[in-house]
Amino acid sequence: MTQTVTSYVSDEMRAVLGAELGRVVSFPIAESDIRRWAVAVYYPEEPPRLFWDAEYAAGSVHRGIVAPEEFNPFAWMTAQPAGLARMGDNDPNGIEKSLGVRPPPTEFQLNGGIDVTYGVRMRPGDVITSVSTLHGYHERRGRLGLMLFTTMANTWTNQHGEQVRLTKGMLIRY
Amino acid sequence: MTDAPASGGPTVLGRTVGQEIPTFVRTPGLHHWNRYAAVNDEFVPIHMDDEAGRAAGYPTAFGMGNLQWSYLHDLLRQWIGDDGRIEHVHCQFRSANVKGQVITAHGRITEVRPEGDRHVVELEVWTEDQHGTRLAPGGAVVSVPAAE
Repeated sequence: MTQTVTSYVSDEMRAVLGAELGRVVSFPIAESDIRRWAVAVYYPEEPPRLFWDAEYAAGSVHRGIVAPEEFNPFAWMTAQPAGLARMGDNDPNGIEKSLGVRPPPTEFQLNGGIDVTYGVRMRPGDVITSVSTLHGYHERRGRLGLMLFTTMANTWTNQHGEQVRLTKGMLIRY
Repeated sequence: MTDAPASGGPTVLGRTVGQEIPTFVRTPGLHHWNRYAAVNDEFVPIHMDDEAGRAAGYPTAFGMGNLQWSYLHDLLRQWIGDDGRIEHVHCQFRSANVKGQVITAHGRITEVRPEGDRHVVELEVWTEDQHGTRLAPGGAVVSVPAAE
């Protein structure tokens, strides 16, 4: 017997809105991390000198090398939690499980998109802290039935407490 | 940095509202995806192995959405230069970048406004394949110095 789901969002799920999902601290960013990132995202062309030529960068408005805005300082290993960076296990209901809440009865997930507001640039030596929170739920009925849209907010700050970026990511589940 | 107003509105870095900024073009394949996997710790079978790509419903292995995201930033940086600032970017990941596609990142100016000593420019941005299919549509806000 097929039952039509009227809502995926339970009272238990609403109660944890705003909860912290995770906190990660990077190792200090190295010039070579920035250089290699720039090579990868501009390949096969040479990346801009701002990302690898210290003398050139010192004469720029940035007064030194900076990282490309979308650079990820958390790849491979993190300082806190110490060790290998934890990759997502692709569990469509991992968010609620991590908060000790009964997850919605969804089976599939899609990356719905990303929205980033940038603050100060990341530089060699910076230590970045990332804090993720569960921001919101909304639902819409679509071609594949009832769809649950989950927004997560992720704030990065540097060692001076300056905001580096604010990311809102959307997960679509059905 | 900012030219005199042209017919139809202010001009920033040689472009005005309604015009496209210079495109950023790549033909990504395993050489690109492996390099990106190496810096972003993103070694996922669908990005490395054609069989895994086919099992996921695509004709080949396919590139990372995050690399499309980087190409949109490359597009903006190429236009605004070192003095420009990327303030905000958003996009959706609608279609996969499979082998053999020529990916072009585009930006079209939708608004220019002065803000302090800078000009703020809003753009529609997107990546598309050689057939005009949009892979990652979105928007961006950048700012550039209003005058040297």
